[in-house]
Amino acid sequence: MIGTTRPGFTAAQYGVCLKGIVWREALRFLHQRERFVAALVRPLVWLFIFAAGFRQVLGMSIIPPYETYVLYEVYITPGLMLLIQLFNGMLSSLSMVYDREMGNMRTLLVSPLPRWFLIVSKLVAGMAVSLPQVYTFLAIAWFWEIEAPVIGYIAVLPALMLTGLMLGSLGMLMSSLTKQLENFASAMNFVIFPMFFASSALYPLWRVREASPWLYLICELNPFTHAVELVRFALYVQIDWVSLAVVVGCTALFMVGAILAYDPSRGLVARRGEP
Amino acid sequence: MGRGNLAAIASLLMAVEQPELPALDVEGVSHRYGARQALIDASFPVAPATFTVLLGLNGAGKTTLFSLTTRLYGIQRGLIRIFGHDVSRAPSEALRMVGVVFQARTLDLDLSVVQNLIYHAALHGIGAHEARARAAAMLERIALSDRANDKVRNLSGGEMRRVEIARALLHSPRLLLLDEPTVGLDIKSRAAILDHVRGMVKEGISVLWATHLIDEVSQHDQVVVLHQGRVLACGTAAHIIEAAGTGDIRSAFIALTQTGEAA
Repeated sequence: MIGTTRPGFTAAQYGVCLKGIVWREALRFLHQRERFVAALVRPLVWLFIFAAGFRQVLGMSIIPPYETYVLYEVYITPGLMLLIQLFNGMLSSLSMVYDREMGNMRTLLVSPLPRWFLIVSKLVAGMAVSLPQVYTFLAIAWFWEIEAPVIGYIAVLPALMLTGLMLGSLGMLMSSLTKQLENFASAMNFVIFPMFFASSALYPLWRVREASPWLYLICELNPFTHAVELVRFALYVQIDWVSLAVVVGCTALFMVGAILAYDPSRGLVARRGEP
Repeated sequence: MGRGNLAAIASLLMAVEQPELPALDVEGVSHRYGARQALIDASFPVAPATFTVLLGLNGAGKTTLFSLTTRLYGIQRGLIRIFGHDVSRAPSEALRMVGVVFQARTLDLDLSVVQNLIYHAALHGIGAHEARARAAAMLERIALSDRANDKVRNLSGGEMRRVEIARALLHSPRLLLLDEPTVGLDIKSRAAILDHVRGMVKEGISVLWATHLIDEVSQHDQVVVLHQGRVLACGTAAHIIEAAGTGDIRSAFIALTQTGEAA
């Protein structure tokens, strides 16, 4: 009787599964219009109010990849793109914790496809949902006269896919460490704000070094800094190799961590007991 | 006669000769969460095409057993096999034969009934086209065709359960696990769901029905009595009643669990 089903799955079946997971994430996103609005309002507040106010205070010098003096708004745009992805990654992991409490996570994890594939698909889905958010923000910024070279908008796509995966994996890893929603919400405060502020998102690092060498070191070690720089350079059709290496390395590290954490026999989820 | 036909006949002959494997085989399974022992050396089979009731009070270990069978946690000690496939060693082969209805509601409330079903099918590698056809047939069976495009949020508790059962059957599993499926439902919905699932056994599906509601057990059912992580009895309801020397399954359960506690 065992011979009645063919062992393993075909590539097409893997494809169907991935597509299904991304499709569900997209549907959920479309149903949560407030989430989309909130995701856009957050960076726009920074751009329209914070950056406008700081324009006079913070003088910019010419630093790569920029070839001329740039407005402060232009400088912080890549950081704000990443802010969208950071929140998206954390919220999508928040939905993992919520799903785990509500049981939706169970539906995903009892799929017969390999666990690592389900986790990676979930990460791809979260990343995919972040892309239209970032591009909508870029479109609005464009009317605010924050214009990158046209080809930069295409060149930045692979960079955004990578950073989206990195931040999603980080969130997923965190979600496996926290059992309850409240804990996770507070954990977000300890991650999102330090990551964002101790990075090159809002100020160039040479200025930070002048202020505090220690803070400069922390910023340099912060993967978020490298995600921001990777995107900043890509938007001007350049590659920052160090940042690329750091982002690829961190993505791999966080992803493997998340897969191990959700592995039933080894994982933290299993060790702690009830889901 | 083509080679394919020969192969089919050969495999048919082999199937006839082979002793039938149990749908589910739980062997010496123990599990602990930190200091709390949730299952202690639990063993029992679920024979193919039977309705087996896993009877136990809340906290007896039913949900833990389900979580281990569906590989949400790794098995710490013992062995669980589904139609001969070891859940730890060949999880994919084992899981594709199982449909599960969890105790907690696991439908996506913001998605429509059909969207929920298509998502589930995708998780089993079934494409959207095929999934739509299967979903339509399933919804027809549970008499919810007219609700196909409604958001799940707008369904009643009983309707949600029926959708969850339809979803669990979408990938044509041969073993259906249900964890307290009637909890929180009114008497009419409970009876309808119980009837529906009993009907599926006649079609050859094996069912493991976990419950603490003794009145859901009928004389001919296979029953596994689980108490404080131990399997206290296993057999047909009639057999368990006789062995306990009582008049009905309720008193047999009480007698068994009291001796269990004394021991």
